[in-house]
Amino acid sequence: MTRIIVGPFNRVEGDLEVTLDVEDGVVAAAHAGSPLYRGFEQILRGKHPLDALMFAPRVCGICSVSQSMAAAAALADAMGLAAPPNGRIARNLAHAVENLADHFTHFHLFFMPDFARAEYAARPWHARAAARFRALKGSASAEAMPARTAFLSMLGTLAGKWPHTLSIQPGGSARAIEASEKIRLHALLRDFRRHVETTLFNDALEAVAALDSAAALVRWAAEKPRGDFGLFLEIADDLALEQLGRGIGRFMSYGNYPQERGLLLPNGVWDGRLRALDAQAISEDLSHAWMAGETRHPAQGLTQPADDKAGGYTWCKAPRLAGLPMETGALARQMVAGHPLARDLVLRGGGSVRSRVVARLLELALILPHMEQWVKQIVPGEPFCTQGEMPREAAGVGLVEAARGSLGHWITVAGGRIANYQIISPTTWNFSPRDSDGTPGPLEQALVGTPVGEGNVAVQHVVRSFDPCMVCTVH
Amino acid sequence: MNKPTQNLVWLQSGGCGGCTLSLLCSGANRLFDQLGDAGIRVLWHPALSEQSGAEARALLEDCAEGRLPLDFLCIEGALLRGPNGSGRFHVLSGTGKPMTEWVSRLAARARHVLAIGSCAAWGGVVAASENPTQACGLQYDGEIPGGLLGAGWKGQGGLPVINVAGCPSHPDWISETLLALAHGQFAAPDLDTLNRPRFFADHLVHHGCARNEFYEFKASAHKPSDLGCLMENMGCKGTQAHADCNLRPWNGNGSCTRGGFACISCTEPGFEEPGHPFHETPKLAGIPIGLPTDMPKAWFVALAALSKSATPKRVRENAVADHQVVVPAVKKTGLK
Repeated sequence: MTRIIVGPFNRVEGDLEVTLDVEDGVVAAAHAGSPLYRGFEQILRGKHPLDALMFAPRVCGICSVSQSMAAAAALADAMGLAAPPNGRIARNLAHAVENLADHFTHFHLFFMPDFARAEYAARPWHARAAARFRALKGSASAEAMPARTAFLSMLGTLAGKWPHTLSIQPGGSARAIEASEKIRLHALLRDFRRHVETTLFNDALEAVAALDSAAALVRWAAEKPRGDFGLFLEIADDLALEQLGRGIGRFMSYGNYPQERGLLLPNGVWDGRLRALDAQAISEDLSHAWMAGETRHPAQGLTQPADDKAGGYTWCKAPRLAGLPMETGALARQMVAGHPLARDLVLRGGGSVRSRVVARLLELALILPHMEQWVKQIVPGEPFCTQGEMPREAAGVGLVEAARGSLGHWITVAGGRIANYQIISPTTWNFSPRDSDGTPGPLEQALVGTPVGEGNVAVQHVVRSFDPCMVCTVH
Repeated sequence: MNKPTQNLVWLQSGGCGGCTLSLLCSGANRLFDQLGDAGIRVLWHPALSEQSGAEARALLEDCAEGRLPLDFLCIEGALLRGPNGSGRFHVLSGTGKPMTEWVSRLAARARHVLAIGSCAAWGGVVAASENPTQACGLQYDGEIPGGLLGAGWKGQGGLPVINVAGCPSHPDWISETLLALAHGQFAAPDLDTLNRPRFFADHLVHHGCARNEFYEFKASAHKPSDLGCLMENMGCKGTQAHADCNLRPWNGNGSCTRGGFACISCTEPGFEEPGHPFHETPKLAGIPIGLPTDMPKAWFVALAALSKSATPKRVRENAVADHQVVVPAVKKTGLK
């Protein structure tokens, strides 16, 4: 057996180290290492509760709005506040802009450039992949970057700036939208739709959203050239990416985008069948993290670094739901929501490099049309933000879905100050270390069986298929 | 302007990656083409480059040993010296070496070192509270000169660390600093007393603030989403913070104050520990402690009293609403 350490592992958000034990040319065991610890949970202790709105987004530069949304939800829970319809819609829009921009950025800048690598020079699609996606040079990123910039300019209006806004408040949004701004936001959404429909799908978003089986996806891709998504599907077929990075088969979503009643994307767990989500069954196991303490629910969670702890190999804690690891992300959301394409892909090949990427682009097609409707539902002149007082003693939880999956904040307020603040981020779930039973985290398991060797970059595809955000992971 | 190739290496230390994401919001249609046009070659950026693992390690080692010329070293994120001075809170993956050690070695070879964002410049949010990771900036520890490299440090090009501060930094602040350096049009006089590029640091966030009429009359917001001035009650430091955020908008047409929330002076050292909740203005005898830059207190008090007594009804009522409840009167006689 040989041991390979892969790092710095780039084109992920933040720093990642993957240790691979290789036998007979495939990964026999993998360890995911998060080598950066900053201490946000320690920093927040003793602060005014509303200071969480300043610190939380700065946990992460790529899921900043998601962190704000989780913090605002936890504070609102503690304050007993609900946002008025305008505030709810404005926050949903800001959140969806970030989530979709993240999917878009991941595909163009982080994931696809691996297929431009010289290792694939002999493949029939390589010249096209290299022209479109070579890192820093490809024509697709040259087109995607201005489209992304224009799309994110919605956040200039909705949130002042991105990343790191303070417009997202427990009672709604601090940024009221005027009638003329509704028109501008709608126009920007239509611009982005045009770009996605033209370059990514060569089809209407609604047609992509309506694909209802693995076979339907294959038929759709064969009909005519399907833009960059079509190129990905061609590559995925050639490299059998549906067999790469097989997941653990347990998917979780906290649900997202509150509507007048309920959530647009429901919460739940799918492990062969749909189950209710019991957030009380969440715990963090510290057995293999450089962290002191025992397994606890995050509402009582501890964050006490112990850099010399025996058996530790990462700063990342190991979150578990009822003692089990969970895969989270776009694929998990669509499994829980019951999208027929996601369900059929997983039925046939499980969570895989291919199904994770398909689910992300499927979400682009699914959510953008909703955003166009949300903009129309804003009623200028009606309130955007309700006010409230933070009790001196309180507790709250905020559960949202970031682009990469389930994000939770748990706050305890005592004597008017933050007594405890705990964050579990999507990649904390996906890239968790082993727990005290020795059960590996989802990425660690997904890497087992992956071929390794000279000229083989399969490990890179598996890792990036999760779109990891390492700064969120440990925080 | 055809320039010889100048190599750029970007590393992410104890930060959130938000300055990179902000840079990618650059209004420039083809950011990389623009850098390339100025002769800047991005040798390695952790979020953007093809090379991973061993290839990336070899490249960094070549730069650190002087085998590859290093013209620009951009550091994003605070330098984490803990625990106990070991730097182990951030070991650069795959290398077994603390990021602080990599940064020190590379900085010694670099022509110019840029601190991208307030974490790399001063320590930033990561240095808040008890500073659990012993975070500092490249050449500052909060507002105290020193930091990782030391107060007297200068790059091969003769400049100290250039503090492209902000949380995050504005995309144009980063790209225009790099372009000016690449074109040889940036020198010591272009830095302010905290070594920030003066082209953005010689302004105040107040300049061009869309709430200026409310400021003039001290017609103040009382709660989030109010349109009024954010200085008196809502913690806004725009009249003191050095940056051109309201002259050079963010993400199309935004800024913090346009987004409905206070300027928290994120370009200034120590902004993460203001000594009061971020959403409240600290006051002494009803007067904000933090007065506008260059304004004597007596003047401010006199002006505030006068302007409050002269506030038009329109401004007073709109200040505490989230939309205009009274619109400016239309004069029927033509404007003189």
